Amino acid sequence: MGILFSFAVVIAIVLIVFAGVRGAGLNYLFAIIIPYLALLTFIIGVTYRVFNWGRSAVPFRVPTTGGQQFTLPWIKSNKLDNPHTSYGVIGRMILEVLLFRSLFRNTKAELHDGPRLVYGSEKLLWLAAIAFHYSFLVILLRHLRFFTVPVPTPIQFLEFVDSFFQVGAPLVYITNFVIVIALLFLLYRRLGMPQIKYISLPSDYFPLFLILAIVLSGIYMRYFDKVDIVGVKQITMGLVSFRPTIPDGIGIIFYIHLTLVCTLFAYFPFSKLVHMAGVFLSPTRNLANNNRMQRHVNPWDYPIKVRSYDDYENEFREKMKKAGIPVEKE
Amino acid sequence: MATKGKPPKPEELSKISYTPPQRNWMDIPVEFKPGMYCHATRPKYLEAVGMPFPRDWSPADADWKLPDNWKEIILQGIKERLMKYRTFHVFMDICVRCGACADKCHFFLGGGDPKNMPVLRAELLRSVYRKYFTTSGKIFGKAAGARELTEDVLKEIWYYYFQCTECRRCSLFCPYGIDQAEITIIGRELLNLLGLNLDWIMGPVANSYRTGNHLGLEPHTIKANIDFMLDDIETITGIRVETTFNRKGAEILFIGPSGDLFGVPGNYVTMGELMLFHEIGLDYTWSTMACEGGNFGFFTSMEVAKKLYYKIYSEAKRLGVKWILGGECGHQWRLMNQYADTWWGPPDFLEEPVSPITGTKFENAKGSKIVHITEFTADLIKHGKLKLDKSRNDHLKVTFHDSCNTSRAMGIFEEPRYIIKNVCNHFYEMPESTIREKTFCCGSGSGLNAGENIELRMRGGFPRANAVKYVREKFGVNMLANICAIDRAALPTLMDYWNPGVDVCGVHELLGNALVMTGEIERTLDLRGEPLPGKGGAE
Ligand code: HEM
Ligand code: SF4
Ligand code: SF4
Repeated sequence: MGILFSFAVVIAIVLIVFAGVRGAGLNYLFAIIIPYLALLTFIIGVTYRVFNWGRSAVPFRVPTTGGQQFTLPWIKSNKLDNPHTSYGVIGRMILEVLLFRSLFRNTKAELHDGPRLVYGSEKLLWLAAIAFHYSFLVILLRHLRFFTVPVPTPIQFLEFVDSFFQVGAPLVYITNFVIVIALLFLLYRRLGMPQIKYISLPSDYFPLFLILAIVLSGIYMRYFDKVDIVGVKQITMGLVSFRPTIPDGIGIIFYIHLTLVCTLFAYFPFSKLVHMAGVFLSPTRNLANNNRMQRHVNPWDYPIKVRSYDDYENEFREKMKKAGIPVEKE
Repeated sequence: MATKGKPPKPEELSKISYTPPQRNWMDIPVEFKPGMYCHATRPKYLEAVGMPFPRDWSPADADWKLPDNWKEIILQGIKERLMKYRTFHVFMDICVRCGACADKCHFFLGGGDPKNMPVLRAELLRSVYRKYFTTSGKIFGKAAGARELTEDVLKEIWYYYFQCTECRRCSLFCPYGIDQAEITIIGRELLNLLGLNLDWIMGPVANSYRTGNHLGLEPHTIKANIDFMLDDIETITGIRVETTFNRKGAEILFIGPSGDLFGVPGNYVTMGELMLFHEIGLDYTWSTMACEGGNFGFFTSMEVAKKLYYKIYSEAKRLGVKWILGGECGHQWRLMNQYADTWWGPPDFLEEPVSPITGTKFENAKGSKIVHITEFTADLIKHGKLKLDKSRNDHLKVTFHDSCNTSRAMGIFEEPRYIIKNVCNHFYEMPESTIREKTFCCGSGSGLNAGENIELRMRGGFPRANAVKYVREKFGVNMLANICAIDRAALPTLMDYWNPGVDVCGVHELLGNALVMTGEIERTLDLRGEPLPGKGGAE
């Protein structure tokens, strides 16, 4: 159900662009208005989400500790998985964000006869996640060449490396292949693994289909239905310089690619994709395990009724005296 | 009280399938299976601490006698908590349903119920959050994973949020640190707005409020129990150990779990501690009011938890001690490490803890002034302050169970191991995926160690028990050591069920066995009063 629905939405977007550009000639809408709106939605939306999370209090310091605590001088503490200083926390966050440290712990449980529960290492999800995210990042950065004149050296270098030091056009990028394979694997997990399928929502399939469609339309445009790159760059430079123009003769596939990307940007703040920002705010990861050294203050703490020692002693005084336990009031 | 259910045989119970059903989980209504849930709390316990909606009700009833505006209460409660807890807010939003947490939960591994996958446990509540608090959920409803809050949904949340022991294992593996323990804590707080708690939790809470401890031990009983232990120590060592209660001016206030004051095998831990303190001449005292570091309030709401922890620093202040030494208990240390100072600190009337025996400054406790007893004892051993005869534990082949709270909310791994290795000759680790930060829960934490939910407990404890079984078969392990009172209450039942013949003990029991005391008679008995093999005793 969710699978078909998500797939259908992606197809619908493609058809709408087709009809809009080919049929109704709404090039201006698709190449200029929608991109601006999408970017605006993305920026405002993500900012709002982060701001909104930031407004929520952090009453307690509750890191999940993943290694030996800081303790007696002769016991080695695990400074990254159980940080007790800000440096440690920064290190932990870098590992989480850049290397998906926690996902790297992943195991897979299997029940054998006996019964015997065994835990195998399961790094494929980690590998696919790393492959997908880094390819995505590299592809995104490579796209900066459409938005800059002259193209900055680091971007040129990135292209050079990504194409395996190939010289001459058209460059064949490794990331293009990697991201397709990674996406297909991630889709396979959702479609083929019963547990993952069971927990998946339409909003889990949709980004995968959408990004796959973006990637495939991009690859198609680059290697098969070669679009007029000079024209495309006129559009993109027009967009960044706020002097939008639309040259003639740009293939429909470009409009499809662009609109799918806009959909991703606009959808981003409303979806699980905000994990990109949220991971930085996760209190089980971005706090140090140092409560016994540094007090953490609860901003919404309020006075509560407690049972005082006097009440306690009043109830038990006679029994305490009889047992020889010291009391405050004889 | 709790009626003891009888769980199915282990052979039956271990037939577990991890393959989920075909039907969407939202379309499968919750079914209350006997043995898998606990009795409802009696109204008097709620009244004792001023919690709302005390009434007689039962989870199996169709009518939970909810107040008319229950839905408003819950939704308002969610709204408030989104602002009060960034954990909750962020965790409601950023799960990508990657499934990395799915097979990390002991309840899922021991039962196969897909709603015990942490990610689905969260979705039970997250779906409600989406419906009422997100744009996409309001517009797209089910297609966006949102659903209406109905009585059935409420019951489902109740059923599964009391099948989570707040162990944080899922959180360790989640790429964003999404911690179902935190979501469960907040979910239970919501349920408590409607008076929907367990008898097994609320009884101890009410006791703890009145007497300072879960068991409801009154001051003279605490003293009497410890006096019994002192008698036993005398029989075993020939030494009359002294201790004091509510003594002003002592240097250290010792606070352990009350489970160790009453009942086997916790009492042996206290005996070990009494012997240790005597031997090193520690200037310490007990408080009969602050005689419980555990806090079942933590399984009801943050406010009640804070309420029950008032006694810790206030007693330290009243008695004028310099610092606090905390005993072997799991969730006590979740609270002492992550909450105590925030709730009732700063304890500026105390001093930075220094071991009076070795002079070691406990740098890591300089703020809250609470030291873990295994930190304290490990330091003593390291400085050669204790004379230990390991061979007195030679009849034991020991493995160590890391408790959830001390592992994933603290990280105290080496200290207890160091002690064990210094007091035992035979120590064996369970497989790497089941210890330290990856440790498995005993299956009975967070107030679930009742009698009526015995099947749940045996299922939840299955991964732990299975790892013990491994070292038992491989190395002949016969003793499961730990530093948690709930473990000592829950694991013996679990071992009897899955691995008969494996016993359970605290680390300071092992220490007490090995501790050579000045002027002691030749030991022929261990702390349990059983003959020590090869030590002039029987055999
Ligand atoms: C700081 C940046 C980011 C971090 C640390 C991060 C981390 C992760 C991790 C650990 C996963 C789980 C593994 C998986 O399911 O593949 C994941 C999933 C995912 N991420 Fe990111 N991510 C980031 C940014 C992004 C961005 C910019 C996108 C762009 C669209 C994105 C799209 C996705 C998608 C679609 C999934 C789900 C894959 C699936 O359904 O299986 N992420 N992310
Ligand atoms: S591991 Fe984290 S992100 Fe993945 S499904 Fe579980 S809670 Fe969600
Ligand atoms: S906290 Fe523990 S019991 Fe609760 S869902 Fe996570 S793994 Fe399961």
